Order: sequence, then C-alpha cells, then structure tokens
Amino acid sequence: MSETPMPIWEVFVRARAGLAHRHAGSVHAADAEMALQAARDTYTRRGEGLSLWVVPSAAITASDPADRDSLFEPTADKIYRHPTFYEVPDDVGHM
Amino acid sequence: MTTIAVASTPLVEALLARADDALVHAHRLSEWCGHAPMLEEDLALANVALDLLGQARSLYQYAAEVEGAGHSEDDLAYRRDAPQFRNALIFELPRGDFAETIARLFLASAAMLPWWQAAMESPDARIAAISAKAEKEVTYHLRHAGEWMIRLGDGTEESHARVAAAVAKYWPYTGELFEAEHPAVAALLPDPAPLRAAFDATVARVFAEAGLDRPRDGWMQKGGRRGVHTEHLGHMLAVMQHLQRAYPGAVW
Amino acid sequence: MYTQALNQKDVAPAAGPAEDPERLARFEARVAAEDKIEPNDWMPAAYRRTLTRQISQHAHSEIVGMLPEGNWITRAPSLRRKAALLAKVQDEGGHGLYLYAAAETLGTSREELVDQLLSGKAKYSSIFNYPTLTWADIGAIGWLVDGAAIMNQIPLCRTSYGPYARAMVRICKEESFHQRQGYEIMLTLARGTEAQKAMAQDALDRWWWPSLMMFGPPDAESAHTDQSMRWKIKRFTNDALRQQFVDATVPQGHFLQLSFPDPELRYDEEAGHWRYGAIDWEEFRQVLAGNGPCNRERLEARRRAHAEGAWVREAALAHAAKRRARRAAERQAAE
Repeated sequence: MSETPMPIWEVFVRARAGLAHRHAGSVHAADAEMALQAARDTYTRRGEGLSLWVVPSAAITASDPADRDSLFEPTADKIYRHPTFYEVPDDVGHM
Repeated sequence: MTTIAVASTPLVEALLARADDALVHAHRLSEWCGHAPMLEEDLALANVALDLLGQARSLYQYAAEVEGAGHSEDDLAYRRDAPQFRNALIFELPRGDFAETIARLFLASAAMLPWWQAAMESPDARIAAISAKAEKEVTYHLRHAGEWMIRLGDGTEESHARVAAAVAKYWPYTGELFEAEHPAVAALLPDPAPLRAAFDATVARVFAEAGLDRPRDGWMQKGGRRGVHTEHLGHMLAVMQHLQRAYPGAVW
Repeated sequence: MYTQALNQKDVAPAAGPAEDPERLARFEARVAAEDKIEPNDWMPAAYRRTLTRQISQHAHSEIVGMLPEGNWITRAPSLRRKAALLAKVQDEGGHGLYLYAAAETLGTSREELVDQLLSGKAKYSSIFNYPTLTWADIGAIGWLVDGAAIMNQIPLCRTSYGPYARAMVRICKEESFHQRQGYEIMLTLARGTEAQKAMAQDALDRWWWPSLMMFGPPDAESAHTDQSMRWKIKRFTNDALRQQFVDATVPQGHFLQLSFPDPELRYDEEAGHWRYGAIDWEEFRQVLAGNGPCNRERLEARRRAHAEGAWVREAALAHAAKRRARRAAERQAAE
C-alpha cells in the first residue's frame, strides 16, 4: 500500500536578470512555501538562479501531441512572416 | 603530541565558541544525510550543514591567525579534546528525531540571527565580513526551520506532541546562547543581552502560528563556554577526530 | 551508472494488447531519426516499462549510493574533505530526485517507486552492497565508481526519452567534480605515509572488480541490449563501456603507483586496449540476488528512514489540508 502522494510542483528558475524563467525540473512538497524552499535547495545549489517559480504540476494544461499537425503545421507555409521573404537591395543597407 | 595547546586569549576563545557551535551543529545535521524523512529534506539539511561548516572554517581560520601559533583550521577542529571545545551545549546533544532537529535549528537560528546582524557592525573587519555572509545563511535556516515548526506544531496530533516535547527538551539550553562575552572583547562582539528581545519576538511569532506554548524560563543548563560539556561531546569527537588521532602527522 | 536494470528481461503483462503496428513503426522511425520522445507522446508499452524500470533503478542506485559514502561524513579527516564529501553525497540525493521525477512522467508515482525499492522488488546497482571500511574507500568510490558512472551516463544524455536525457545532462554537469574529488583523495594517500599508501592499495584491491561488474554482464548474456539499443535507451553495450573504462582508468592507477589486483592485466599494443582477466560473475549474481556484504543493511537503512519519516510527511500534508480548509472558510465568510 502506497502512502498519500506528496503533490508535485514544477520548478522554473531565472538564471540572470533579464532572462525568462526556465523549466528546471520538479519537487515534491505539501504546500507552496515548502515547494519553493525545496526548489531552492534542489535547483540553485550552484548559483543557478536569482528567482524561482513553483507551479503545481496539476495546474498545467498541455497540448495533446496528437494535435501537433493541426496546431503547428498550418504556420509552415506562411513564409511571408519572416524577414527573409522580402527582397531589399543590398545598397539600402541593413534593415 | 596529537592534542594541541591553544594559546588562548579572550578573542580566540570567543571565536572558537562560535566556530565550535557551527562545527558541532553541522556535524549533528550531517548525520541526517541519506536518512531524512523525504528526499527534499535530505538536500535541505545538507545545505544548512554546509553553510555551518563554512562558517566554522572561516572562524577557525581567523582564530588561528589571532592565536598566531601556526595552527590550522584542522588543528583547531581535530586536535583539541572535549574540555577545550567552547560550543554551547545545545549543539552537541544527539540528533534525535526530526522534531528535535528542527526545534534545535529553529531555536539556535532565532538566537544567532540577531547576533550575526549585530556582529556585522563590529569594528573588526574580519568579524564583520564573516558575519555578513553568515547573516544571509542563517536568515534562510530560520525560515526553513520556522516553517517546519509551524507544520509540525499545527500538523497531526503526533507531530504536535513530538515538536512540543522537543521544545521542552531544548529550552533549558537556550540561556547559554545569551551569555555575556569577556569584557576584553566586548567592543568587538555583540552584547548578547539586548538580542533577547529579537529572539523572544521570533519565538512568539512562530509558536503562535504553530500552536505551541513557550516554556517557562527556569533553570538554564550551561558549561560549554568554559569546556564543561555533556557526555555526548566526547563520543562525537571520538568519531570526528578518529583519523587525525589514529595517524598523527598524516596529510589527508 | 546503474544501467544494470537493462540486463533484466522485460516481462510483458500476460494479457497485454498487441501494439498497433502502424503507430509502432512511426514511433521507431522517430527514435531512429534521433527525435526525442516526450511524456505525452504515444509509446509502446514495453518502452514505457523498460524506461520506468531503468530510470527508477537508476534513482534507487543514487539514493542507496548515499549510504556507503555517507558512512564517512562524520569521520572525514579534514574540514575541506568533510565539506566536499557532504556536498557530493547531497548531490547524489539530488540526482535521485531528478531521476524519480523523470520516471514519474511515465506514470508511476515516487511513492510507488520507493515502495518497489523498500519491498525488494526493484533492484539498484550492485556496487553499493560493498562496505566502506577505510577513508581510502571514499577516494576509490569517487575515482572508480563515479568514473564508471560517467562512462555510462554521458551517452545517456542523448537517450531517446526527453525527461531522462535532460535529467542526465544536469547530472553529468554536477558529477564532474565527483571523480576528481575521489582521485585527489587517492593521490594524497598514495603520496602520503606508508600506512596511507597501504590504505589506498587495499581500497583499489577491493573496489576494482566490483567496479568492472557495474557495467553488467557480458554482451553475450545481456538479455535486453538489442531492443534497448534500437530504442536508444541505451547507446553502448556493456562490454564496450567496460573496455572504455579500463582503458581510461589503468593509466590513472599507474600514475598513483598502485597496482591492480589482476595478474592478467596487460596492454594490447595492436588493439590499443588494456586486456583484463576473467570477472567473477558468480559473485555479481550473488550480490544482485541479495547476498552481497551489505544488501541487508542498505535496505534496512532505507526502510528505517522511510518509516521514521512517515509522521513528518503526514504532518506536512495535514497542515496543508488545514490551511486550505481555513482559506476556504474565510472565502465563504467573506461572500
């Protein structure tokens, strides 16, 4: 018989000022404060971070891999969204 | 000649007191490594122990310099016998269960945080620098232990009973943390007496949330600062110093 | 380290449905193209089972692996060594934590995985069932056991399952100090007093063969290598990794002026490899079967920590529940 599971939290670390928080891993903790401390003690032992987020794993809604084509394929042919689609003579200089 | 004689001065004694506090406490906390109630706590307690070990090393190094007898941090840690140790008794008591470990860490951090904060103002630049680093570390130790005090105090019936018993056990050892320094070093180190108010306020705030009663200030155990210890320190040092004692003069 | 799990037979549940051949083919094509598989992706049941077993046993190995080295934290002979050892053993706990988290993305909770370890159902690396008898063992473990682990773990950074590969990248980065820490201890002892040199030699004598066994049985007897290689769960065979380890380690041992406990050890000029003598696979089987010198102590220590910590975990959950209830009551009162 397994005991009551300890909730899982996803940990996001901001490595330096100006960078976005980035997913680092997860920890188990009963509540948000202990999750934050566990994240600090686990994922920032080597000066990896300046700021932390912890989010209950259960609170994350993920896209379904089966929908990958319908969600992400349609952008493939919209090349006019990219700067290289447009021709500007070299003489104009950097644009 | 494996045991050294320390050329003692009031400043050396005072530095050794805080260094021994940190080393002995780190030793007790390190006993949890691999045995904590959950993996996250294995990491947390090891972090605290590493902070304390770092504080001990800085203080031993400075004590050795002040002593000026050519001793190293390891000579001071490994080649003094129990009566030469100056730590407060609270730190040498056996690890106990998790409630005892947390109660000791909480009470000690609540007492040490205002001490380090005051020591940051020391006219001795080394003491000020060591204190500035320790103050940040102990702020986190207090936060970690304080949050656990609340969870254990206001958790289950069992956890409440365990943490209440741990507080009752350690309370008589808190008085020693506020013993006055030698008059010769009073200008360099904080006067502990006025720091009591900060300790009392921290205890009151956390105990209120944890649903714990503050024990009455009765008879306080002391002796560590003059080398009169509990029976436990000798055993701890027998383990800790074993290799240095068994192979005198060897480099590790 | 610890890919010994891959040498066990995968036993499919008796009534398991056959995989849809079309999906299976698509999956295998993705893996062959070095695409990473992520938690929500479709995967064959056998891939999920094999990975769960391998990752969790890797995690168990890290956790049980804290014990033999932890045995010397309180006796480390200098403050510098004490700090390094405590940090290293703590790292192993962290690595266990990352790996349990990776295994959990496959659908088994940490609580269940820990139960499998404590009940004896799950295995962990054979190496941790050997005792640490002297301080030199801490050097030998760092040098040999972590050295063997690195051989094994670096290729796993490119394993096909995304969460496992990412955990391994983090682990390999953190482990880089472990082997150096161990070798530095060995070097200090080898250059020390006669007693210290003898201590270092004794440790090498005792840890050499068990370290070679860490890579698992010879390829010819390894039950699972083919499929695991195809699925890129495993990237090199046991024997290839073992040879790589021997080639890297023997010159390091000679630099220490220590001898290896293998009279057949010799350099094969033509092949450019160090050839080693026969490994005692009966000892390996016995240790895996529970008859190593420390199997019982290791599991007992884990069971005790788990049992003695139960009230703490319960208290944390109970407090969180009380807090939620109080907040809900406050909200209701405010409405």
